[in-house]
Amino acid sequence: MSAPATERIGKIVAPVVVGALGLALWQFLVTVVKVSPVLLPGPEQIWQEWQDNSTAIREAFWITGTNALYGLVFGTVVGIVLAALAAWARLIDGMLAFVVAGLAVIPIVALAPVLNSMYGADSQYGRRAIAAIAAFVPVYVNTVRGLRQTTPQHRDLMHSYSASPWQTFRSLTLPSAAPFILTGIRVASSLAVISALVAEYFGGPRKGLGSFISTSAATSAYARAGAYVMAAIVLGLVAYVATVLLERLVQWRLPAGGTR
Amino acid sequence: MSDTPPSLAKNADAGTDPAVDADQPSRSGRPGPAPTPFGSVDAVRVRGVTKTFGSRKNQVTALSEVDLTVPSGEFVALIGPSGCGKSTLMRLVADLEQPSDGSIEVFGKTATQARKDQDYGIAFQQAGLLPWRTVSGNIGLPLELHGASRAERKSRVAELVELVGLGDFAKSHPDQLSGGMQQRVAIARSLAERPRLLLMDEPFGALDEMTRERMQAELARIAQETGAAVIFVTHSIPEAVFLADRVVVMSARPGRITGQIVTGIAREVTRDQSLREDPAFFAKVTEVREALHGAPASGGAEER
Repeated sequence: MSAPATERIGKIVAPVVVGALGLALWQFLVTVVKVSPVLLPGPEQIWQEWQDNSTAIREAFWITGTNALYGLVFGTVVGIVLAALAAWARLIDGMLAFVVAGLAVIPIVALAPVLNSMYGADSQYGRRAIAAIAAFVPVYVNTVRGLRQTTPQHRDLMHSYSASPWQTFRSLTLPSAAPFILTGIRVASSLAVISALVAEYFGGPRKGLGSFISTSAATSAYARAGAYVMAAIVLGLVAYVATVLLERLVQWRLPAGGTR
Repeated sequence: MSDTPPSLAKNADAGTDPAVDADQPSRSGRPGPAPTPFGSVDAVRVRGVTKTFGSRKNQVTALSEVDLTVPSGEFVALIGPSGCGKSTLMRLVADLEQPSDGSIEVFGKTATQARKDQDYGIAFQQAGLLPWRTVSGNIGLPLELHGASRAERKSRVAELVELVGLGDFAKSHPDQLSGGMQQRVAIARSLAERPRLLLMDEPFGALDEMTRERMQAELARIAQETGAAVIFVTHSIPEAVFLADRVVVMSARPGRITGQIVTGIAREVTRDQSLREDPAFFAKVTEVREALHGAPASGGAEER
């Protein structure tokens, strides 16, 4: 067997082995050491709750997932557009710098109760807005940096071609920025999921994964809370994998190898 | 002296070594291009150009009172020490910088108009390829920007890829190519729109000696085939003599033209190894070196 193939198998086998060992240790603590289910619900119990509540989990998964997706898309679009304006005019960059710095340090816990009551008890807009704000910051910051990656020589070249500003943007500035924008989106995807989830702890409709986690925990149904936490982890992973695939796709279309 | 290009006479005040002129009748071939037909304009006409950089307080004069004429089809090498403004002069012709004083005409137009009309092709020391585009995509970039049809672009790119000998690499990306191959792509790109003027800023400066010599031979062939005028910035004396019809020697602080040497190697002469070993070639290399150092060099003075 060739070395790369061994390596690839190792990459898959190693985490599976670690996961299985962790699961075994968990089950061991619950069944042999007999740790109280209040302190540590067993994997079996959580699996049982998952099966019993599969419909509710699926619905909650979609609600939170949709909120996160709305937030991610909106935050990304606004982030890229504003970054393009900032890269185009120093003045706009200076004006936005403070706003972005402010948005970056707003804690979700501070904003969520306000927005949730503002939009009413049966609206998802507050959560989407929070996810959008969380997603906007990394996309904006990375895009601004990405749009400044063109080299003086490439700019000279475009100038020598008398390229219009739009042509220069489309065939030089944007492709140069693409890897940076994608890094921003990857970071934003995880943040959007976390924000959509956490925002549900602070009012609004009691339907998403976050709502059910807090409700279950409040009624001491720890195993059920565990099942919803698992669903939240799956959601986070789905978002992450989706953006990594997007990144791969763009890298394949626009390889950014070293040039001289 | 009858075969001296008019530009040389115009620049007689620029400090040409008298010994250079005395040597000219014994040249082996015709210097420069064939006489340009009546009414045709010079490729480049630089008159009294001064270029200063920096604030009023901290001003650096990159070029001072420079005159240079390049007739259509002539290959001119600009040579001089670092900071002599040779790259700046080329950038002024390309309209990448504006002169502080004096005038620049390219094919009888302003430099800006010539740039807008795509009258020149340009290549830099770094190939400057777009890493996300293939070799074909990079060569086709100027054609694409100027609205050439897909079919037109395809046939021209195929032609150019063959011209620079990269037929097998048309679909490769720049990071899969060696430095020399990348530079060939950059040269092909500069030729894409069949410019009558090529501006080259040390295009082989970053290459190893062997690749460099091969590229020089290729460029000489391409220049001969296309008949374009060339302004070639270099700091290598043998490179300048090997390629050019005329070597323009510059000095630093302030940058100005201090001498011009017609190599006397006709365009038709094949640029190959035998030329590099020709005693006449060595004589011209020595002549340029002496002009560069402002006095006869004492024996094997080192160039570059």
